[in-house]
Amino acid sequence: MKSLALFQKDLNSEIRTRYAINALGMFILVTISIILFSVGNEKISEYLSGGLLWVIVFFSAMSGLSRAFVSEEERGTVLTLHLIASPNTVFSGKLLFNLILVFSMNIVIALLYSILFESFVLKNVSLFLLAFVLGNIGIAVSSTIIAAIVAKAGSKGTLYTVISFPILLPLILILLELTKLSIDGETINEAFAELGVLLSYDVIMGAASYMLFDFIWKD
Amino acid sequence: MIWKIFLFILLAFVCIAGISFPIVQTPTAWYQFPVIPGLEEKAKIIFFHVPTAWLTVIAFFMSLIYSVKYLRNKDFNDDSKAYAAAQLGFIFCVLATVTGSIWAKFSWGAFWHWDPRETSIFILLLIYGAFFALRSAIEVEEKKAQLSAVYLIISFLTVPFFIFIMPRIMTGLHPGSADDTNSGPVVDFQMDANMMLVFYLSLFAFTILYFWMWKLNYKSIIYKDKLTKKFL
Repeated sequence: MKSLALFQKDLNSEIRTRYAINALGMFILVTISIILFSVGNEKISEYLSGGLLWVIVFFSAMSGLSRAFVSEEERGTVLTLHLIASPNTVFSGKLLFNLILVFSMNIVIALLYSILFESFVLKNVSLFLLAFVLGNIGIAVSSTIIAAIVAKAGSKGTLYTVISFPILLPLILILLELTKLSIDGETINEAFAELGVLLSYDVIMGAASYMLFDFIWKD
Repeated sequence: MIWKIFLFILLAFVCIAGISFPIVQTPTAWYQFPVIPGLEEKAKIIFFHVPTAWLTVIAFFMSLIYSVKYLRNKDFNDDSKAYAAAQLGFIFCVLATVTGSIWAKFSWGAFWHWDPRETSIFILLLIYGAFFALRSAIEVEEKKAQLSAVYLIISFLTVPFFIFIMPRIMTGLHPGSADDTNSGPVVDFQMDANMMLVFYLSLFAFTILYFWMWKLNYKSIIYKDKLTKKFL
């Protein structure tokens, strides 16, 4: 219940300043247009277009998701949060906000991408959607816990990308494989092993972050 | 002292046996190794490549254990132990990458292929590198120990995906991948008894060597910390 209130607070301050939405929206546009410029009139293959999608997703996540905890440190509101809420509440509230942010960001990216890139044709859309949902959950969970670490480490800008890359990489690699499979038109049964890996990544990272957040949050 | 001499003899035997014992078609004498199809003479690097990769994972696992210990007891010695294990793990990770890519050059034709195994060892390098970057970014000692412990635990949770799952479900060149037909799991049934003996002796000797190095390393880290505190 309290975590919903925390989510409400984040949402309100986001709606008031629109910092994350504006920055992320522009970032997505810039990245997609850079890829479009560099592709030019070349005809890119289907597999390559599937891979480029996740490049955009990865870097957009890197640019926007560290805000969750860094903004609290910058505004000096950490101590207030310490007083009014338990660590688990803070974590689930922030996770909820990041989940909404990741989902809306990636839906925009996927829609824009499928409009702008003609070679991005999925033969099995339901498999891609399943992988997309599970992948978004994984990105939100890992980036929330890493944002908490980085915020405590003095919120040094480049550190976030450096330390989240190895954590997010298994996720990205499995998502690339699944995108390839859905471009090939394989059924969900055939991609069962990959989906299982994706699901177990989400569960393991979720459980570990939930348990370890106490140690990061308490000074 | 006794075990140091024992370790020296063991390592000397492993090095000599691994490098100089001949590989022949039908082994008759005790010092001859059998030919493994697909590997031939190149099989000898197995005595040095596999232990380094094994120790990379062991070191990572030990830094996980001491990180958990640190979070439970808040004892700075445990943090130093985890840090020492991570440092050694990085060294062995580099060694595994180098020996692996030398082997790849002669078995698969190029130093680097982005085979799933090569990807996984590369990511391990990145994880260690990111860990040192994180550690050097924090100045307050308690915060440094706390955050690096949390990061080591979280990053170790992704290691099983790299080391044990992905190389097995993806297609690749390394023995044990999904479409593997030629060499197969080399250790299980293609080595004969004395090759296997040297292989396991080598694993054993390198593991003892690792624990010795780790002990020296964490002691020196602890003393260094004490000295800097004394002079501040």
